[in-house]
Amino acid sequence: MIPASFTYQRALSVDEALDLAAKAGEDAKFLAGGHSLLPLMKLRLAVPETLVDIGRLRELSYIRDEGDDIAVGALTTHDELSRAEMLTRELPLLAFAAGQIGDPQVRHCGTIGGSLSHGDPAADLPAVALALAARLVVRGPAGTRQIAAADFFSGLFETALEPGELVTEIRFAKPGRPAWAFQKFTKRAIDWAIVGVAVQGGRVALVNMGSAPLRAAAVEAALASGATPAEAASHAAEGTSAPADLNASRAYREHLARVLVGRALSDAASRP
Amino acid sequence: MSILGTRVVRTEDPRLLTAGGTYVDDLREPELARAARVTFVRSPLAHALITGIDTSAALKAPGVIAVLTAADMDDLPPPPPPPAEGEGPGESAPVPLGGLWSEPLLAVDRVRFVGEAVAVVVTDDSYQGEDAAELVGVDYQPLPAVADIEAALAGESLLFPAAGSNVALTAGAPPDPGAFDGCEVVVEQTIVNQRLAPVPMEGRATAASFADGKMTVWASSQNAQIGRFIVAGALGLDPGAVRVVTPDVGGGFGAKFGVDRDGLVVAWAAKHIGRALRWVETRSENLVGMTHGRAQRQVVKIGGTADGRVLAYRLDIIQDTGAYPRMSGFLPFLTGLMAGGPYDIARVETAYRVVVSNTTPIAAYRGAGRPEATAAIERAIDLFAAATGVDPAEVRRINLVPPDKFPYHSGSGAVYDTGEYVAALDKVLAGAGYEELRREQARRRAAGGAVQLGIGLASYVEITAADAAAGETARLVVHEDGKATVYTGSSAHGQGHHTAWAMLVQDDLGIPMTDVTVVHGDTDLIPAGVGTYASRSLQLGGTAVHKAAVDVKDQARRLAADLLEASEADLELDTERGTWQVRGDPAASRSWAQVAASAGPDGLAADANFTEGQPTFPFGTHLAVAEVDTETGKARMVRHVTVDDAGTVISPVLAEGQRHGGIAQGVAQALLEEMVYDADGNPLTSTLMDYAIITAAELPSFELLASETPTLANPLGAKGIGEAGTIGATPATQNAVIDAVSHLGVRHIDMPTTPERVWTAVTAARTSNGAREAR
Amino acid sequence: MKVSITVNGSPVAAEVPDRTLLVHFLREQAGQTAANVGCDTSSCGACTVLLDGRSVKACTLLAAQADGREVVTLEGLAPPGNGAMHPVQAAFQAEHGLQCGFCTPGMVLAAVSLLAENPAPTEAEVRTALEGNICRCTGYHNIVRAILTAAGEGRSA
Repeated sequence: MIPASFTYQRALSVDEALDLAAKAGEDAKFLAGGHSLLPLMKLRLAVPETLVDIGRLRELSYIRDEGDDIAVGALTTHDELSRAEMLTRELPLLAFAAGQIGDPQVRHCGTIGGSLSHGDPAADLPAVALALAARLVVRGPAGTRQIAAADFFSGLFETALEPGELVTEIRFAKPGRPAWAFQKFTKRAIDWAIVGVAVQGGRVALVNMGSAPLRAAAVEAALASGATPAEAASHAAEGTSAPADLNASRAYREHLARVLVGRALSDAASRP
Repeated sequence: MSILGTRVVRTEDPRLLTAGGTYVDDLREPELARAARVTFVRSPLAHALITGIDTSAALKAPGVIAVLTAADMDDLPPPPPPPAEGEGPGESAPVPLGGLWSEPLLAVDRVRFVGEAVAVVVTDDSYQGEDAAELVGVDYQPLPAVADIEAALAGESLLFPAAGSNVALTAGAPPDPGAFDGCEVVVEQTIVNQRLAPVPMEGRATAASFADGKMTVWASSQNAQIGRFIVAGALGLDPGAVRVVTPDVGGGFGAKFGVDRDGLVVAWAAKHIGRALRWVETRSENLVGMTHGRAQRQVVKIGGTADGRVLAYRLDIIQDTGAYPRMSGFLPFLTGLMAGGPYDIARVETAYRVVVSNTTPIAAYRGAGRPEATAAIERAIDLFAAATGVDPAEVRRINLVPPDKFPYHSGSGAVYDTGEYVAALDKVLAGAGYEELRREQARRRAAGGAVQLGIGLASYVEITAADAAAGETARLVVHEDGKATVYTGSSAHGQGHHTAWAMLVQDDLGIPMTDVTVVHGDTDLIPAGVGTYASRSLQLGGTAVHKAAVDVKDQARRLAADLLEASEADLELDTERGTWQVRGDPAASRSWAQVAASAGPDGLAADANFTEGQPTFPFGTHLAVAEVDTETGKARMVRHVTVDDAGTVISPVLAEGQRHGGIAQGVAQALLEEMVYDADGNPLTSTLMDYAIITAAELPSFELLASETPTLANPLGAKGIGEAGTIGATPATQNAVIDAVSHLGVRHIDMPTTPERVWTAVTAARTSNGAREAR
Repeated sequence: MKVSITVNGSPVAAEVPDRTLLVHFLREQAGQTAANVGCDTSSCGACTVLLDGRSVKACTLLAAQADGREVVTLEGLAPPGNGAMHPVQAAFQAEHGLQCGFCTPGMVLAAVSLLAENPAPTEAEVRTALEGNICRCTGYHNIVRAILTAAGEGRSA
C-alpha cells in the first residue's frame, strides 16, 4: 500500500518550515519521523496535499539542562530519549517510557514532537507529558507560544495547535522528588497500550482511557488527601471514558486502569 | 558413517542470507521485463448484489492499460459440472465447485465476502494501480450478512438461494443413546476453535505471460504441478501449453495450494489482453483474500469411570467454511477421523455439518483439521480429569494406546501405524520436572499472589501424508562430471528440501551433497509431481529420491562392472569416497564421473514414483508452563517441553526447525490470534496491527526432546513433522492457561485466551464461588 | 523529485514520484530486492534496512527522507568477495535461523543494529529487540540462538 499523491517539500530551517506550511495552507502536514503520519497515509486515512519535511532540522534535536528545566528539542527521537544519560538521571519517567514505544526501528525514527502533535490517546508520550506537566513550545505564523500539556490535548487526534504551528521544544521542570512509574499493558510487546499509566510524584496520567490523554483526577485527589495507593487506585476509572474496541471492553479497561494505577503507585512509592 | 541423522547446515542459506530470495516480486525474467501490474478491486461489503460497475473513470487514470470485470470473461470454458445428484460437493475438491455452490473467478452478480474480487485494474506500475482501483465504481445492493455459524444455521439470509440452505454438507452418525451407559462421570463442553489467518510472510503473488500459445505462470505456491492442471482447466488450455514455476516461496502453511482464484484471474488477464502481468498482494488483501483456517464450533462429550478410565467420547462439529465450500467437508472429515486422539477409547462418535457464511473461505492451515481434533480431545481430557479429580497426566497415561496394540484401529476409523505414546508422555514429564512444577504451583496457590502457575499437557497423534497413495516423484541424474541433479515433485518453501534431498543422495551414492543440485517447482522440467502439504514431503518425496538413487546405484553397478571387468556381485560402492571398486581391491576404482561417462546416450539417470501403502501417524506430548497474572488476566509462556516422534529423523536441524515453527504457531492460536468479524461481516482484524502474530518477545526458548519410532510404511522409516508442533502446542498452551486459574474454579476458556477472556473467566468463577458460599 | 541515496556504498540517483517509499526505491531504482514488503502497517519488519547505520523500516519512510543519506541492505552487509558472510549472516546459517527466507533480510539487519547498540545482549534483550520483526517459520528459537552466537563471537573476536 502506498500513500495518495502529495507534494513533498523539505525545510532546512524552522523559519522555512513555517513559511512552506503557510504557503501550502490547510492541507499541509509537517513530516518529522513520519511514523505516526505515514502509516495513516498508506491506509489513506490521511491524504495531505503537501508534506513539509522537517526531519533535517538538526537544530531541533537536543536535550539540554537549563537549570530548573530540561529542554528537549521536538525532533529528538524516542531512541535518543531512552538512551540519554541526562534524562535517565533527571527525567527517568520520560527515558523509560520512550524506550517502551513501538519497536527499535520505530524508536530510531519516531520523535517526541511528532508523537505529541499527533494527539493519539493510545500513545505513551502524551500521558508522560501530562504526568511531567510538560510545556510545549510552539512556533507559528503568529510567533512563539508555550502551551501546558494539560491544555494541549483536546480530543481524538486533536490538539491545541493552530494550522501552520509547529512544536519545536518540550520543556520539563525537574521533578522535586524522583517518585515515578510507568505501566503499559499490552497483549504483545509491539502493541499500543490497551491501558497505560504514567506517575510522577502526585500526578497520575492515563493512556487510552478516553478520547484524549488525561490525568486521573480522582486518584490524584485521593492521594492529595492522604489515601493509600490502593485506596487511590480504586478511583482510577472515575472521570474516564475508555473506548471499547477489539482489544478490550470498557469495563475491562476500567478494571485494568485500577490494577495498573495501583501497581504504578506502588512502584513510585518504592522510588521515594 | 552415514550423513543421515547428523547436524548439517542448509545449502539454501548462503543465497538467502547474502542476496535474499527470489520471490515473485523479485523475478527479473525477460518475459516479465515489461510486465504490467494487476490491482484487484475487492468488495467492501460482506453480502450484496452487484447492480452496476462503472470503469470509465478508472480507464482515464494515468497508466491504466485495462480494467476488467466478469463481463470480459467471454473466453473461458464453462464452469465444472455440478456433482452428481445427491452427492453434495466433492470430498476434497481444491478448485471452485460447480453446481449450486459454484464459485466464479471474478464476482458476477453477487459478492459473498469482504475482499472478494470484483474487477482488476492493469497499470504500468503498482502505484498507479492503487490510485486507479479507487476509481472503479461498483454499485452494490446490500443483503443481510451471514457473519457466523449462528446466522448460517438460522438461514434467514442465504448465500446460495438456489441451494435453499446455508448447510452445504451433513455427515456422521446421530448420537447413540446408549453410548455413555456405564460412565460414572460425563462432561460436556462447547468449544470454539477460532478462525485463523495463515499469514505467510510473503502473501499471494502471481505473474503470468502468454506467448506463442504457451501460458507461463510464476506462482507463490506449494504445488507447481497441481497448479498447472488448475490453470489449464480454468483457462481451457491443454496442460502441455501451461508451464507453472514456483520461485522462492515465502511460506505457505497450507494456504498456497496450487493456483488460487485470484491467481487464475491474473493468468486469464495476461492472455486476455496479451501482456505479461504481475500481481503481488498487500497484507490487507492477504488477510481477507487468502483462505483462512480452523473455524469450527465443537461440542465434546466425554465419559468414563471415576478413577479416570475414558469409555466414550463424542465430537460434534460445525465447520464454518466461509463464503464458498472450497474444501467441502474435508477438514471436519479429518477432524472426525482423528477425534479420539492417542487414546484407547471403546466408543468414539463424530458428526459434522459444513455451513457457508459471508466470510473469507476456509481451507487448509498448518494441521488442517487435525489441530481441531487434538484441541477438542485434549480439552475434554482435562475437563474429565478435573471432574474425576485424577491428575491430568495420569488420566493420559491410563488411556493412551499401549505399545502392544499397534497397528491400532481407532474408534473413528484410522489405523495408527506405530507408536510409543506412554513413553513420549513420560519423557516429557521427566524432562519438564512435572512433579516439581506441581509443587511450585501448589506453593504459589498457597501464597495467593497475583501471578499463578499453569501446567498444560497435550498428547497427540496425527495423520501425515493422508493422501499417501497419490505419491511423489523424483528424477536423479548423475552427470559426466560426477555431480548429480535431483528433480523433485515435492516443493520447498522453507522446509529445506534441497538440503535433505542432497543428504539422501550422499548417503545412498557417496556423491558429496555439495555436488548435488536439487531442482523443484518448474513443470517444464518436472511435469509430474504433487507438491508439499499434509507433512508429506520427506516420507513420499524423500523416499522417491531414495528409490531413484537405488535405481541409479543398480545401473552404476553394471556400468562399473564393465569398466573394471569384474562381476557385479564383486563390486561395492565406497560411500565415503564416492567410488566404485572391486571388493577387497580399493586401488582399482572408478569415480562417479567415470561411471556416468560410460553410460549410454540416455546417461545415468532414474525416475521414481513412490506411493505409500498407508498414511503415517506421528505422535508426541507437549507440556507448556504459563504464568498467569490473575489480576489482569495476562498469560506469559515460560516453558515449552516436547516430544514429537515422527519416526526416523533424517535431518535433526530441519526437523527441529519444523517443530519450533509449529510450536510458535500453536502458542499463537492459543494466546493471541483470531480473525474477527462484526455482525455485518466486516473483518476487524485486517492488518497486522490488529491480527496479532506472535513475536519473539512473547515466546520462551523451546525444550525439544528426541524420540524416534520408525514407521514401516516407507523405507526411510520417516513420518511427517511439518504440522506436529502446531497440533501439540495449541492445546498444551490453552490447557496451561486454564490450569493456572483452575483452582479459582475456571474450567474452560476459549481460544485465544486473551487477557480479557482470562479475567472474565476468573471474575465469573469468583462470583459463582461467592454465590455458592453465600448459600 | 530527484533522490540520491548511497546504497551499499554506491550512489544511486533517480527521478521518482514524491510519494515513493524507500523500500520501493531500493527495490526498483537501486535494484536491491532483498528488502521485502510484508505488511502495510510497519508491523512486520521484513523491509528493515540500515539508514546511517541504524535499523529502520523502509516501508514507513519516503525515499525523499533518505535523500543524501546512506542505506545498507542485506546485499551490502558482507564484505565484497566470494561468498563471504557477515558474522550475523554466518550465525543465521549455523543456527538454522531461517526457513523460507522472506523475513530474513529484515531480521538480519535488525540483529546487526541491535548488536551495534548492545554488543552483549541477554536472551531476553534479544527477544525484546525483535518485537518489530515477524517470522512465521522458525518460532524465533534459532533466530535468537543465532544472534546470541554472533554476539558471543563478536566478544571473543
